Amino acid sequence: MTTQGRLLRAEGLTVTFRIPGGTVRAVSDANFTVRPGRCLALVGESGCGKSVLAHALLGLLPGNATVSGAAWLEGDGEPVELLSAPPAVLAGRVRGRRIGLIPQSPATHLTPVRTARAQLTEALRELGSAQRADDLVMRYGLRPADLDRYPHELSGGMAQRVANAMALAGDPWLVLADEPTSGLDRPLVEKAMGTLRELCDEGRAVLLITHDLRAAEQVADDIAVMYASRLVEQGPAARVFARPRHPYTAGLLAAQPDREFAPIPGLPPELTRLPEGCAFRPRCPRADDACAALPAFGGGVACHHPLETADA
Amino acid sequence: MLEAKDVTVAYQRKVVLAGVSLAVEPGLVIALSGPSGCGKSTLARVLALMLRPRSGQVSVDGVAVRGWRQRADRRLRTSVALIYQSPRQAVDPRLTLTEVIAEPLAANGRPDPERVRALARETGLTEDLLTRRPHEVSEGQLQRACLARALSLEPRYLICDEMTTMLDASTQALLVGVVDAYRERTGAGVLAISHDTVLLDRWADRVIDFTGPGVPAAPAATASTPDA
Ligand SMILES: Nc1ncnc2c1ncn2[C@@H]1O[C@H](COP(=O)(O)OP(=O)(O)OP(=O)(O)O)[C@@H](O)[C@H]1O
Ligand code: SF4
Ligand SMILES: [Mg+2]
Repeated sequence: MTTQGRLLRAEGLTVTFRIPGGTVRAVSDANFTVRPGRCLALVGESGCGKSVLAHALLGLLPGNATVSGAAWLEGDGEPVELLSAPPAVLAGRVRGRRIGLIPQSPATHLTPVRTARAQLTEALRELGSAQRADDLVMRYGLRPADLDRYPHELSGGMAQRVANAMALAGDPWLVLADEPTSGLDRPLVEKAMGTLRELCDEGRAVLLITHDLRAAEQVADDIAVMYASRLVEQGPAARVFARPRHPYTAGLLAAQPDREFAPIPGLPPELTRLPEGCAFRPRCPRADDACAALPAFGGGVACHHPLETADA
Repeated sequence: MLEAKDVTVAYQRKVVLAGVSLAVEPGLVIALSGPSGCGKSTLARVLALMLRPRSGQVSVDGVAVRGWRQRADRRLRTSVALIYQSPRQAVDPRLTLTEVIAEPLAANGRPDPERVRALARETGLTEDLLTRRPHEVSEGQLQRACLARALSLEPRYLICDEMTTMLDASTQALLVGVVDAYRERTGAGVLAISHDTVLLDRWADRVIDFTGPGVPAAPAATASTPDA
């Protein structure tokens, strides 16, 4: 696959929702770049804004959303600014063709009254793809016969694999995978991660959204950690896993069942009333008065007192 | 003991469980792991009296189950609670989280706002979340409400079917901690179903590897060894 000039670059990406009696800040000032041949994994606690970020890039947010900042999709001719692009451009030239989305709840994305095969074949036809449905699903560990079932006859894991195949039907160079491993057992997680790795190795870019730190560690080149709508740490995956700098990253890694298995004390703040300063302050063992001011992002981390690291 | 003996389930002609036996003992965490599609969720629904098996027996603390779903004996039905992987599919979208938690108590003629508040605290739900509806909270927050609801009638057995599969490590550790505290306090038995063997090795007293309809004997033998 030619990767010439292709890039997704988000600058100050911000998303808010109006709800009765308030505003939810779902994504605040996110800056990141996704490049061909690389996998960026976005990790963070449930509800921190990961899926909203992915949906913003595809123009899939509901009507009460307000988006600001920019997200440039470069390469293949004129750059497209995704946040301001007209719906027709997103639908006709971006979604499915340049950016494929693997959705979080596959069961709700499939039409209940038609077989998986009918839906996948239609997606391939609409996108003018030459790929065959059978070949596509075999890549994801399904048998062609499984395609002849209706969605309710598929287990959660099988429905996920059908959704993965649909996302790749139009041969997009950028793949947004929103929790692609929910409901899969370990061998299938490994397989799904192997497939994402292959996509990168073919020259595609992958933005992986996951709560599964082990899956992220297995496939990602780079990690972005999100907390309460903000990216609080970014860096090469190996470094972030071995020597986290942000206290939140450290807490999340320690909560894994093969480590301390202890929750981070307290709860994430309500996104309707984020504090002025660092949002992690009430739960942070390193917090002091300086943390009443919002920490700027620098050196891969947004924290006034990042953890010491050997190479820092 | 919550026990399934020689249970067979088939959807149309596809046999999903063939002669499976399993016992969940009070006070212990028994774990069931196995590949996708092997029938773990199906077995969970049989044990929760929500799916009638084609053949075989289920008993709760020695009492044989004779009716399933709405026709299940109320005392037996409320002594087993099931928590699913996907909380969105498990709640009425029109209810607030408070109403979600309060539902079983109200349906059993025992409304108890004080207990509902205590359950919300126990699962880490803050006041402002309690008045919201499911689409206004995250997956993890909704799963906390589902766990609170499952504990509301003080079940003797709790079946967690991929309870934390969708959730981050911190929320997972919190919910597992809540279940364990409940188990220690009440002596309830827990059946933990998960693909995640790292989690199960850490959490469970015993892990049963469940490979599907063709291999019923092994889980039965392992599961009913009381001194293992
Ligand atoms: N209504 C149905 N009709 C036909 N087959 C069904 C039906 N419901 C479930 N199945 C099949 O039964 C098998 C077991 O399903 P079940 O949901 O119990 O699996 P599971 O082990 O929980 O899988 P996963 O972990 O992937 O969710 C699967 O092969 C599934 O396709
Ligand atoms: S800025 Fe302060 S409160 Fe926030 S993570 Fe760093 S040390 Fe903790
Ligand atoms: Mg299942």
